[in-house]
Amino acid sequence: MNKMETMTGARALMVAMEKEGVKEVFGLPGGANLPMYDEFARCNIRHILVRHEQSAAHMADGFGRVSRKPGVCFATSGPGATNILTGIATAQADSSPMIAVTGQVPVAMIGKDAFQESDIIGMANPAVKYAFQPRSPDEIPMVVRKGFYIAETGRPGPVLIDIPKDVQQKEASMIFPDEFKIRGYHPWTTPDIANVERAIEMLLGAERPIILAGGGTIISSAFAELQSIAELLMIPVVTTFKGKGAFPENHPLSLGPIGMHGHAEANKMMTEADCVLAIGTRFSDRSVGTFEAFEKRLKIIHMDVDPAEIGKNQTTSVAVVGDVRASLRIMVKMLMQKAVKRTEENTWIKHVKETKEYWKENLKLHPGEMGAAKILRKLREVLPHKSIVTTEVGQHQMWASLFYDVIQPGTFFSSTGLGTMGWGFPAAIGAKVARPDVPVVDIAGDGSFSMTENSLATAVLEDIPVIVFLLNNFSLGMVAQWQRTFYNRRMIGVDQGKCPDYVKLAESYGAQGIRAQSMDELDKAIKTALKSDVATVIDIPIDPEEDVLPFVAPGTSLADMILPS
Amino acid sequence: MWAILTLLVENKPGILFKVTHLFRSRNFNIDSISVGVTDNPEYSRMTITTYGDEKQVEQIVKQLDKMIDTIEVKHLDEHKTVYRELSIFKIKLSNANDSMEVNKLANAYGGKIHDVRKDSIMVELTATPDQIRAFEELAKPFGIIEVARTGVAALQRSGA
Repeated sequence: MNKMETMTGARALMVAMEKEGVKEVFGLPGGANLPMYDEFARCNIRHILVRHEQSAAHMADGFGRVSRKPGVCFATSGPGATNILTGIATAQADSSPMIAVTGQVPVAMIGKDAFQESDIIGMANPAVKYAFQPRSPDEIPMVVRKGFYIAETGRPGPVLIDIPKDVQQKEASMIFPDEFKIRGYHPWTTPDIANVERAIEMLLGAERPIILAGGGTIISSAFAELQSIAELLMIPVVTTFKGKGAFPENHPLSLGPIGMHGHAEANKMMTEADCVLAIGTRFSDRSVGTFEAFEKRLKIIHMDVDPAEIGKNQTTSVAVVGDVRASLRIMVKMLMQKAVKRTEENTWIKHVKETKEYWKENLKLHPGEMGAAKILRKLREVLPHKSIVTTEVGQHQMWASLFYDVIQPGTFFSSTGLGTMGWGFPAAIGAKVARPDVPVVDIAGDGSFSMTENSLATAVLEDIPVIVFLLNNFSLGMVAQWQRTFYNRRMIGVDQGKCPDYVKLAESYGAQGIRAQSMDELDKAIKTALKSDVATVIDIPIDPEEDVLPFVAPGTSLADMILPS
Repeated sequence: MWAILTLLVENKPGILFKVTHLFRSRNFNIDSISVGVTDNPEYSRMTITTYGDEKQVEQIVKQLDKMIDTIEVKHLDEHKTVYRELSIFKIKLSNANDSMEVNKLANAYGGKIHDVRKDSIMVELTATPDQIRAFEELAKPFGIIEVARTGVAALQRSGA
């Protein structure tokens, strides 16, 4: 039995978070969370001030994805809470561990349409893994303990803790529990050995096997296990976009991401395969195209920690439920015992390698000096392999998928599920807080960056020197591409003009702004930014007409990929 | 396919909201729902009936099971389950014979008569939804003034 201590709810929150190992909180104060803010003066947790609560949530998300520990964000009641909702939904869509703490109006005012009251528990319900609203201060230690446990175990996700102001203020005798039980929550399933055995037989029996690594592979850090299996069985590896970088993209067996803007060779080989080992993926429509076409003539072995993903979008032949790293470990062990090791290149592997070679030579790229492929390959060339990259959402994101090779697994993060514009920059700040020792770069577009560009204030004032690598086409480029492709070039609502001037914008915040208009300037700009101790925006003007290709149009199959003409 | 689902859930405020919200956000339909506390006051039992193909029902069960507040979720085989719904019909009486006729009909379905008036009568009927529908069809000619139904409550038979 732990010793009882008398303190306020707000104090208990901070003590409980310190016990969970929290060192930083991203947030913005307001009326209903002031008692919690007052406690920052009495604890060892650093507060990082944002200019908009959505950014606080994205920072916590970026922190969580990189550290695999929940990032924490604070917002006040009402608009503060609704502002973080997009960030919560983003974390949920990408299974990212997060704790969002909101202030709420006092218990007696709930339901009275009080000033800055919002029913955030009701609004956030479908976007959270779980939500708590402690009504008495002595509930807080247990709520925090359970909240962190739920956020980071099994399939990770965001947990909301909504605390009425009087619950923060009132004193109570607190017990900080070590042990607890959540009756309806069983995050880990032990992988079924018999199914792993069947999966191996199926892979060994297949003529054209392929591995599809999804985001779950990265979440569970199953990099070594994935590589062992690919190499032992000599199976080519494609990834989903969220799984990008689960497998080193310079590996001879790597084909890169499949999907709407997947690599041509990856989409081609995926459609030719007869058996897939799908690891930690939910078979999103953006990855697989139409569900019916994808599963046709394909045997699917599905490994996932979430049993509800099995059979949701695709019919599986064998399912292995459990942490994918644990499942893959069992598979590696069995392969070792069976002494399976393929060394001879079979016709499938030869075909895969030829296809890969062909597309390396023959994918038509933008002819200009400042084409997207050249720009992103330059970034790859200069950046150390350990660097962490986040992206915004749009054309630049898909160019990053196509042309920025992830060499060190688990160093690439993007808002892939919800596709939240404005995610990349604050997420990069959160990532840098989690890993101050490595360079962190946000591959950005002007449309997306402008949604959370005021996070420059946070980067500068809080000394978090990230790099914004801005492919600037002065427009909402991806929408423009769809209007060119599907709407007969009727360009509506996509022109952003040369507004703002991103170099001056960066400078006005006290950050560094560099414009790069040639490869030479770009090379220098990246090197300058890497040495800088202040956040840097590299503004790279590009051709607004450049499309992202290949392109699998929505509602079509991977086989219908549109290629550059 | 018509499916009966039984859920053992935490008896806490907001759980019904979460369960019904899940059905809406996942594009599933609720045919009927009934909720009541169990012998253990920490838990409630929900009985939900729904329509969907086998794959959809399997998904509903999995998504409900994934909810942290659900302790147990089962798709019940209706042949191995006792399931009943309570309904109350207010039926119009137009002439002297009607009262006796409605009485006979209610008796045939094991219903109980309540609140007999000059121009209306109430029948309480506890039966399966199919039987209630059949009764409704036969009561229609008299004129149904109002109906209230509880939704299905169900438990699996022992040993099933």
